[in-house]
Amino acid sequence: MAKKATAEAHLEAIAKGAIEPGCAKVDPILVADNVTRTFGGLTAVNVAHVEIPRGKITALIGPNGAGKTTLFNLLTGFDKPNTGSWNFEGRQLAGVAPHKVARWGMVRTFQLTKALSLLTVLDNMRLGAQDNPGEGFFRAFVKPVWAAKEKEITERAEALLKRFKLDAKSEDYAAALSGGQRKLLEMARALMRDPKLVMLDEPMAGVNPALTQSLLEHIKGLKEHGTTVLFVEHDMHMVRHISDWVIVMAEGKIVAEGPPGDVMKNQAVIDAYLGAHADVDLGTVSIDTVRESK
Amino acid sequence: MWGSFGFGILCAAVFALVLGIPTLRLRADYLAIVTIAAAQALYYAFGTSQFAAVTGGSNGLSEFGGDFYALNPIPKGRYNLGIISLSEKEVWVRVVAWGLVLICAILMYVLTKSPWGRTLKGIREDEDAVRSLGKNVFVYKMQSLVLGGVIGALGGIVFTLSSQTNQPSTWVSNFTFMTWTVLLLGGAATILGPVVGSAVFFMFLMLTQTVLEGLVNIGALPFLSIAQVGQIRYLLVGLFLMLLVIFRPQGFFGNKKEMQFNG
Amino acid sequence: MSENLLSKAVSKQDAVVFVDNIDAGYLPGINILNGCSLTAHEGELIGIIGPNGAGKSTLLKAIFGLVNVRSGKIFLKGEDITNLKANKLVSKKVAFVPQTNNVFPSLSIQENLEMGVFQNPKDFDERFEFVTSIFPDLGKRRAQKAGSLSGGERQMVAMGRALMVNPSVLLLDEPSAGLSPVRQDEAFLRVKQVNKAGVTVVMVEQNARRCLQICDRAYVLDQGKDSYTGTGRELLNDPKMVELYLGNLAEL
Repeated sequence: MAKKATAEAHLEAIAKGAIEPGCAKVDPILVADNVTRTFGGLTAVNVAHVEIPRGKITALIGPNGAGKTTLFNLLTGFDKPNTGSWNFEGRQLAGVAPHKVARWGMVRTFQLTKALSLLTVLDNMRLGAQDNPGEGFFRAFVKPVWAAKEKEITERAEALLKRFKLDAKSEDYAAALSGGQRKLLEMARALMRDPKLVMLDEPMAGVNPALTQSLLEHIKGLKEHGTTVLFVEHDMHMVRHISDWVIVMAEGKIVAEGPPGDVMKNQAVIDAYLGAHADVDLGTVSIDTVRESK
Repeated sequence: MWGSFGFGILCAAVFALVLGIPTLRLRADYLAIVTIAAAQALYYAFGTSQFAAVTGGSNGLSEFGGDFYALNPIPKGRYNLGIISLSEKEVWVRVVAWGLVLICAILMYVLTKSPWGRTLKGIREDEDAVRSLGKNVFVYKMQSLVLGGVIGALGGIVFTLSSQTNQPSTWVSNFTFMTWTVLLLGGAATILGPVVGSAVFFMFLMLTQTVLEGLVNIGALPFLSIAQVGQIRYLLVGLFLMLLVIFRPQGFFGNKKEMQFNG
Repeated sequence: MSENLLSKAVSKQDAVVFVDNIDAGYLPGINILNGCSLTAHEGELIGIIGPNGAGKSTLLKAIFGLVNVRSGKIFLKGEDITNLKANKLVSKKVAFVPQTNNVFPSLSIQENLEMGVFQNPKDFDERFEFVTSIFPDLGKRRAQKAGSLSGGERQMVAMGRALMVNPSVLLLDEPSAGLSPVRQDEAFLRVKQVNKAGVTVVMVEQNARRCLQICDRAYVLDQGKDSYTGTGRELLNDPKMVELYLGNLAEL
């Protein structure tokens, strides 16, 4: 009972006005308008309006092909939209190059992990840091200029690796890590520059379920730190456990949003995405009974 | 002399910049094709009679090494190193050349071990990953293209100073492919690789010439004439390159592990 | 009931697939699998679960001849198939569905399925009928290019292609990876359906909970070795399993 009350008070703070797809937020960190992207005849993304609440954990869910990763790509500059503008912390970011978007504090991870296999785990982490004078061509020749910063970066990297339980592998090439470990590395690396908004594309895919729990604690820790988190996931238990807000996309549009409990009871969402058997033991049903019930 | 030296380097840098702007977006193989084509274009341009006043047209320039050899501190005479006998001019050129190689190798080593080098390694594998970490990939690629051009220019300068002639016909595509073979032989993405690779390769080239010529002269290869030896040599080079790529793509010093991750 | 299953697990006599204590790996000198064993009897649905890096996919690839087996043997119905090339295994009616890059994007769905009967093209019609009975959508959209399909749809095509071989053994590498919950449930139920049709299935899965719900027996791989085995039900209810591998998010 008390839990529900605090949850409600909690959600009061997020939306401004009625809760509906594309609704305004009390304190948005990112506001996007009229974002569209078409590939040939196919409309991948058609978002009229969306606002991401600051300092909260927002989950972006929806079936494959709904446009979630495309939306990520558009917002972070990795893809050019047909139309659209979005405002991040007072800056217009439409048309800005992806590396600049990252520098201004919006960092993302990729669905198909991009842990750099030819570098060691520690080097991967060091690469994630910002403002390293050694990365400038001429200053690179003069070691004293960047040695101190490099040491600082290495320490930060080692601390993060320890949190993600990758410290034992720090000298290994990233290629020697398993798929799930590479995902963790990519997440840890994204945190190196202390971003304002972290966009995680399926961060838990391929990660051992027992490890998932501790990672969720890390993501919650990010929120305590003041970082805003937006993540795409298919694991509904995870979504239910840590997200403050859920946005549902389907066929390029936002079809529902709200607190996780409400969204997951939405019949349209259940039909298209969650499935009616989330809590049913699949050993007891067959595909025929499922087809009949539709 | 210093003026022309500096101008040569500057030209290389500018050319790399100009070439890089439209082409760095291209995939590696297309970039290679475009750079070869650009070199060919220059080759023809400098060979035309239009520029003859500056470049000497297709005959090129000669006897321009005066100032360079004036700097030579080595006393006049012949120096014997085993079976080779060199004049003081030849020794000077070699000293300067290897000195430059050493300097470049040290600079490259420092660079690759630096954060800049690390970023480049990342770009080699996945540009988008590096962009997502806030680095301007285009700038890094441009810097390495210019650096490569400048080092190439240094090599070219010493090369022409040693022979004191510079004709466009020297720089045909054969030369480019031999440079590639050297790179592969030594191991791409290594520092010692190109150094050792070029030494071994040209030694191999000279040896085959000498050995084959010798064999023809003593009648051991009745089906070959001296003139054909020159061409057979290149046949062997081609064969060697193929075998290298098949059996040891990482060359002498390349990292087998790195090759495996790529494959 | 469980005693019967346990004694079955011990007997390798009538095993369809018997992996006997293998070491295998990709890079020379580094073994991913260290003394790993697995037995699958006819008509069973075997699950392989475990943490990342444990070697689950490697085990499947070792059976299918895609990874170098350095010690130990693998038997298919009593025949030694260790390090036999994949194309030979297909003619022995073993089919494999990899996790990624498992369809030909520039080919249509029908062409992808035709690739499945490559060795026996005359069987196409019969197999096509069977596959479309399990995946009706594949029949309806047969001319569509596979590259334009969503992830879940591609998984269907990949599994359909494997079934075109008329396999007696089906190896699946994480069939639910990257799928939305409703598609995952469908995928698992279809695997069950395929298994009921008589195909022995060996399935690697990250979604351990669902995998254990539908399989007959499962192996838990850890650090390259089968560290735990039992029926699906036994493992689902084992507290140690929950602690080490399943997590209890589902109950929170």
